[in-house]
Amino acid sequence: MGIRFILMVNKQGQTRLAQYFEYLTLEERRTLEGEIVRKCLARNEQQCSFVEHRTYKIVYRRYASLFFLVGVDNEENELAILEFIHLLVETMDRHFGNVCELDIMFHLEKAHFMLEEMVMNGCIVETSKANILAPIQLMDKTS
Amino acid sequence: MGSQGGFGQSKEFLDLVKSIGEARSKSEEDRIVLHEIETLKRRINEPDIPKRKMKEYIIRLVYIEMLGHDASFGYIHAVKMTHDDSLLLKRTGYLAVTLFLNEDHDLIILIVNTIQKDLKSDNFLVVCAALNACCKLINEETIPAVIQQVVELLGHQKEAVRKKAVMALHSFHQRSSSSVNHLISNFRKKLSDNDPGVMGATLCPLYDLIVIDVNPYKDLVASFVNILKQVAERRLPKTYDYHQTPAPFIQIKLLKIMALLGSGDKKSSEQMYTVIGDIMRKSDTASNIGNAILFECICCISSIQPSPKLLETAADAIAKFLKSDSHNLKYMGIDALGRLIRINPDIAEQHQLAVIDCLEDPDDTLKRKTFELLYKMTKSSNVEVIVDRMIDYMISINDSHYKTETASRCVELAEQFAPSNHWFIQTMNKVFQHAGDLVNPKVAHNLMRLIAEGFGEDDDAADSQLRSSAVESYLKIVDDPKLPSAFLQVICWVLGEYGTADGKYSASYISGKLCDVAEAHSSDDIIRAYAVTALMKVYCFEKAAGRKTSLLPECQSLLEELSASHSSDLQQRAYEFRAILDLDANAVENIMPLDASCEDIEIDKSLPFLDNYVHKSLEQGAEPYIPENERSGTLNISNIINRNPYEHPAHSLRFEAYEVPKPVVPTKLTPAVTYPTDLVPVPEPSYQPTLSSGPISDAGSGSGSGSTELRLRLDGVQKKWGKPAYSSAAASSTSTIDSQRTTDNGATQSDNVTSKSREPRQPHVEVSEEKQKLAASLFGGRTARPERKQSGSAAGHSKVSRTTNHVEDKAQPTTVATAVQPPPPDLLDLGESSGAVSSYSSSVDPFKQLEGLLDLSQDGHAVTTTSTGPDLMSLYSGASTNGQNQNQNQNLNPLINEKDNMNGAPNPSNRTASLTKGPSLKDALDKDALVRQMGVNPTSQNPNLFSDLLG
Repeated sequence: MGIRFILMVNKQGQTRLAQYFEYLTLEERRTLEGEIVRKCLARNEQQCSFVEHRTYKIVYRRYASLFFLVGVDNEENELAILEFIHLLVETMDRHFGNVCELDIMFHLEKAHFMLEEMVMNGCIVETSKANILAPIQLMDKTS
Repeated sequence: MGSQGGFGQSKEFLDLVKSIGEARSKSEEDRIVLHEIETLKRRINEPDIPKRKMKEYIIRLVYIEMLGHDASFGYIHAVKMTHDDSLLLKRTGYLAVTLFLNEDHDLIILIVNTIQKDLKSDNFLVVCAALNACCKLINEETIPAVIQQVVELLGHQKEAVRKKAVMALHSFHQRSSSSVNHLISNFRKKLSDNDPGVMGATLCPLYDLIVIDVNPYKDLVASFVNILKQVAERRLPKTYDYHQTPAPFIQIKLLKIMALLGSGDKKSSEQMYTVIGDIMRKSDTASNIGNAILFECICCISSIQPSPKLLETAADAIAKFLKSDSHNLKYMGIDALGRLIRINPDIAEQHQLAVIDCLEDPDDTLKRKTFELLYKMTKSSNVEVIVDRMIDYMISINDSHYKTETASRCVELAEQFAPSNHWFIQTMNKVFQHAGDLVNPKVAHNLMRLIAEGFGEDDDAADSQLRSSAVESYLKIVDDPKLPSAFLQVICWVLGEYGTADGKYSASYISGKLCDVAEAHSSDDIIRAYAVTALMKVYCFEKAAGRKTSLLPECQSLLEELSASHSSDLQQRAYEFRAILDLDANAVENIMPLDASCEDIEIDKSLPFLDNYVHKSLEQGAEPYIPENERSGTLNISNIINRNPYEHPAHSLRFEAYEVPKPVVPTKLTPAVTYPTDLVPVPEPSYQPTLSSGPISDAGSGSGSGSTELRLRLDGVQKKWGKPAYSSAAASSTSTIDSQRTTDNGATQSDNVTSKSREPRQPHVEVSEEKQKLAASLFGGRTARPERKQSGSAAGHSKVSRTTNHVEDKAQPTTVATAVQPPPPDLLDLGESSGAVSSYSSSVDPFKQLEGLLDLSQDGHAVTTTSTGPDLMSLYSGASTNGQNQNQNQNLNPLINEKDNMNGAPNPSNRTASLTKGPSLKDALDKDALVRQMGVNPTSQNPNLFSDLLG
């Protein structure tokens, strides 16, 4: 399965984007997100970017006030996931131009579309920024 | 703003986002969302909502769910939106539906038709949207509705479609492998697709398939090696590069696949050696992504048939990881070390101090990973140190999940490597005291069994010594009011069985303690049952031994109380005890024989003692007994009535819900009623009757226990010490380490005697004595594992150990060399970035400056008056606190920008990067201006909303 969920949560613990690759109920998601954010916020910058939580391994990375959290299973290479997060941010940056939290909030669906191109069934399927953004740009043109 | 050309969203939506963005607390956010729900409930059902507006409503629904509230009132509108002709609306509809619904939701059936239609669309983007939806929404039942079309799309002319079709098929395989089994050859074919994206995606399903069964894919080894070689040689398009590394995510996936294919297969492994060596040589150790690949190479090397040369390279790489300042790399190093010691246990020794540093690091993640490593390298010579540390750690953490895990690991190690009885009992006491309610009930049974059976040898003295030391230690702690239930059960059982055995403690003393336990835990029927049965045993043993017996007054009152208990089990025990009180010593001895918990009870199923009674009854005209299977025809009706409601004959309809499958592991001890079927994992209750006949007879002949009440469920329980036995923990992963460990298990007894850790060499200077001691106790005593050398891959092994010695010799010089090198700049990405960000914000407030640019009258802070690129650039480069990357930023090559970003030393001048990477600076400023007009500006409640993520 690999990636089990991708979250963007800000410093106040407010969810900005959530994509799950397995089914959790609303309540489970709410609890999980709260627990994970609390755990990650408690850590300082020298510590590992990885946290274990229940059966998940959380790889997280902070950009300005926004935390990107990726929950993976034991098979995943944590460092690679860490760089995957960066690739995601770079891709969003290329599309939005100086991407900030507000861009993701105003264009939630676009951020999701990018993720849909990059990850399917919990696997990383596309890492070429051009390929990721092409359908979104085409869609923008036609609509 | 880029290609969006304005937000195109209503004021209402912007206001909502703004208020959510500025909410200061979860409760404030909840209030906003609840209000939004009310609004939307009213508005979304109005007639003739324009499509654009509806799209916005759908996104607002997504917000509601994302923030943890129920938006099911609007699901149907999202479903409807998937029917729309406009691509953007359709895709938004699909997105919302995949976020809202799981594959078994009732509404899915309304979408299947749309998906079918869209899969046939001429617009490849529509097809892609539908395939995306397939991955999330098509369940086992609906697979047949789309599978044909998906397979056809594998040959679509657009690579994006082929890629998504592969993944849709992959998701079908995940959901129901049987329904696509005939199609998996397609994955093989797609591996040679001429688009690298399709090929890369195909690796995902292939990986899953190879995990399930390696053998059918052995022929692909050459292809995988070849692909990896091409990737490493930069034959893929440049767009797949990430920070100058060619297609790293594809490389990693290929290495994972090769690790599986090469495992235990010399021929396949040999094909891989060259390419792995090349990649390791080429990998950029200064970047995270380079190290990620390096780590994956190490994983692969430790999984495939060992190559001495590669092992040496891997060991070098691990040394670099461990010596790095980055915690992330140390973590990877510890992980890698844990993998490599499976092949070469000696390699850990040269890193002993690094490992101990990690163990003592305040970073919990690193600590936990290190415990995992120690767990893997535990042997009889270091078990005491390791388990003691693990117990300390276990006590210090609150998270019950990891407490449980650590506790069960302590138990496992203690059971496997315990150097002495005394230590074992003490260790188990500690584990039970601090995590008793978390450990598997089986562990408690194992402990009782171990104390009862001893070592399985005929060394009675040692056995009774074990029991005495158990009794003694339990008497010391039994008064602790916070002992967990499972542990008290063990204590009661041991005290009852062996409390008076060595004559050290009087029966009345033991009885008093047992009564105290029953008293103190009056709400726990199981403990009370254990206690009263233990009391009965103590009484019986005394009586049988011919000593004068009298019940303590508190015991008497306990019996009276229990005779009127609500629990029929407790009542029965009390009455049985009372009945025993009236019997003579001889009868008592037969009922409760001394130390007979390990004896088999023989049961004659024909019940011959009833023969007389049956015979008499038959003579008096009673109906003869007809076995159940012979009377089915005649007594059908009464049968049905009496039957378990779940066992209706097949033809009748069932109206009750099917019961939830029983958990495999019995979570609660039921000492009175012991169904041997509990031992058999029976996921489907309907099978239970047929399965149960086997285990019953097993239990009868196998290990019925002597005491009448406390029948231990010992069947299937791991045998401790002595003979190597089936280990339930190891069963899940049948890797080589397990077999080796089992061998160790067999050899521990000799190890106990022989090994005393020898002083380790001291490769490093100025290390505290304490640490060295710890290192010595952890890593010393290599003598303890001679059996390793004999086991497993003997052929490769001698070579391996020789190389490691070589590596060890080299260890010193490498230390010096790496110490001199400056630490790689990007490793501490997080630390650096936030540090720089804070210093940045303290010196210059970019928002203020931007404000100035946009609205001169508003803020006197303005520095420059135009929004032209060069001016801005000079503005920010002037404010730069970290000029290191400036030149790169001004470079127009986006790749360099990426590198800069990767370095993570954010730098105000990065803002100028929008000149190159963003669509245009003007757009970015427009964006700010627009949101400002909405009233969202950096000086308002949440300035963070504006900060550049990559800035």
